[in-house]
Amino acid sequence: MGNDSFDSEAGSLGVSPDEVQFRFRDDEVADHGTVTVDACCDQTNATAVRIEPGDDARALLPFLDRLALVEVNFPTFGDGRGYSAARILREAGYTGELRAVGDVLIDQLSHMRRCGFDAFAPDKRLDEEDAVKAFATWDNVYQSAADGRKTIQELRHE
Amino acid sequence: MYKYDNYDQQMVDARVEEFRGQAKRRLEGKLTEDQFKPLRLMNGLYLQLHAYMLRVAIPYGTLNSAQMSALGDIADKYDRGYGHFTTRQNIQYNWIKLEDAADILADLSKVEMHAIQTSGNCIRNISSDHFAGATHDELVDPRPYAELLRQWSSFHPEFTYLPRKFKIAVIAAEKDRAAMRLHDIGIQIVKNDAGEIGARFFVGGGMGRTPMIAPMIRDFVPLDQLVTYAEGCLRVYNRYGRRDNKYKARIKILVHELGAEEYTRQVEEEFAHLLDQGVEPPRPELERLKPFFADPPFEDGPKTVDRSDPDFALWVDRNTHRHKHDSYVSAVISLKPVGGIPGDATGEQIRTMARLAKQYSFDELRVMHTQNIVLPHVKIADLHALWTELDAAELGAPNLDTIEDIIACPGLDYCALANARSIPLAQRISERFDKSGKTAELGELKLKISGCINACGHHHAGHIGILGVDKKGKENYQLSLGGSEAEDVSLAKITGPGFDEDGVIEAVETVTDVYIAQREDGERFLDTYRRIGMSPFKEALYGK
Ligand code: SF4
Repeated sequence: MGNDSFDSEAGSLGVSPDEVQFRFRDDEVADHGTVTVDACCDQTNATAVRIEPGDDARALLPFLDRLALVEVNFPTFGDGRGYSAARILREAGYTGELRAVGDVLIDQLSHMRRCGFDAFAPDKRLDEEDAVKAFATWDNVYQSAADGRKTIQELRHE
Repeated sequence: MYKYDNYDQQMVDARVEEFRGQAKRRLEGKLTEDQFKPLRLMNGLYLQLHAYMLRVAIPYGTLNSAQMSALGDIADKYDRGYGHFTTRQNIQYNWIKLEDAADILADLSKVEMHAIQTSGNCIRNISSDHFAGATHDELVDPRPYAELLRQWSSFHPEFTYLPRKFKIAVIAAEKDRAAMRLHDIGIQIVKNDAGEIGARFFVGGGMGRTPMIAPMIRDFVPLDQLVTYAEGCLRVYNRYGRRDNKYKARIKILVHELGAEEYTRQVEEEFAHLLDQGVEPPRPELERLKPFFADPPFEDGPKTVDRSDPDFALWVDRNTHRHKHDSYVSAVISLKPVGGIPGDATGEQIRTMARLAKQYSFDELRVMHTQNIVLPHVKIADLHALWTELDAAELGAPNLDTIEDIIACPGLDYCALANARSIPLAQRISERFDKSGKTAELGELKLKISGCINACGHHHAGHIGILGVDKKGKENYQLSLGGSEAEDVSLAKITGPGFDEDGVIEAVETVTDVYIAQREDGERFLDTYRRIGMSPFKEALYGK
């Protein structure tokens, strides 16, 4: 995406328990710890929440206005439920930070970005150069997703 | 057929580059084998018993002669001189070196081919009717829809780490030649009462250790919502498919556990939501795709052949299929020579088929899920010349849909998961029935062999099915009867205790004898089985 501001100071931004290595936002990093989805639904003032793979992202929809940070946890990179969670939140209009945490690896970055993640806090720091390349894997895309990019099919019929 | 534009080519090239980088990072130790595995799998690279296996995608089984020729060259250059056509309408090479993989992918991309998503827990290569665009009995050509779905499913950002692999088939005839209802999603293009074309969705079929026939979940999805509906089906699966047990992770288990009705309700809800999200490609895209599959310039000509050569006449009777133009037929090249390895072809044979396609079939070929090759548009006037050349190249076996036309998975000769060999069994059975001359008498009889419960040889769908199992360290074979993957889809039932290799070959002979003794006029083996049931076969096999 042309207007991505890829934070070059990457690596020193982590303030929550997860260290954010890549962030595509200009606003202040939310500096409060996250609560579980259940707690978020019970507690009226939580502004940061963490989604585990088995959680229903739609349970958060009534509270999107007050949320500034949603972390989606990937305990193992092969569990792809978090991709759906991310898109569901973006489709519902969530504009706050959407952070992928956990077993986040180079080769998942481009798809995660497409699903609406705009911050990445991998368990293990990733090679910067490989990551920059990975974010730029696709010059064009076949599907419409949460990143608002025009699809190849749309470009063909402009 | 479809031709890449710059966008499509760019996508494939991007993937080739990405894979080069991944292989490099693996070699540099930046990726563990555990991390690399799903990446190489998504590029079609498996580790087998003896070597790497590379599986190349052939979207909806259609390819041109330049592509076919390139497949022959790859067999010679990087493999041991042959390739193996699979039940997924793909080709795989069984003797690949890891260090060659990126070069092979680069060679493939020069002819608009790739190995993308031919394995891994993602949406796999889309399959279709091998007679699409040629057969007399289809509503429309299903391939533009398959191509639309190919693009949608390639590098899908949300559905690359599904609970398990995901297979889609698209057909557009009442006759099902693609085992459509044994797929994760089967789509039949249909016409509704108002005369509009749309898609009927069947979800949750599959073979493997728990075979299921997909229930219909929607009888008509308008064409401008096709991709959106598929997206809804996949999202429900991605969110709720089981991930705790890989044997229960296919969508068939989700549909079965929820019930078709509840799964459908969830899909409809997701679909209603997605309709507002603009995920459907613009409608003109489908119109752009259709001309790629337009009829070639057919010409009128003779409608019959000279039957004076009985060998030729037999081949015509067995190996050709009625075309929509009455001066043409679709000709099937059997890759099941008596005693041969089902689906195997040498580099030379592959190039010969490519050349013949160019000469006789408007440059087009198809791979059948029964591991044979189709020349879709052959002039009846050219049939004799074609057959003469095929015969000379040992590609003229006249045995389509007979007991010699066996589907067999690679089995213990190649596959790391196998319990038993399937190839030698197929070889011995075809030799035996050829020698006894019973093949002709048996007529249509679909025999399918899998080397383990994963069912790559589709044994559940065989009129006669054979499954290799491990019995106290020894190869053992279970026999089953009554399966079908066609429009009369059904799952085969096990006859009883298993057999050793010789025993199961005898058993096949025994059940065919029961059929011959009991059949009524015009009945196929399957029809007789359905009429008389299992007991007469059981009695003959095991005594009273
Ligand atoms: S059925 Fe089993 S043995 Fe045969 S190819 Fe599949 S996994 Fe291998």
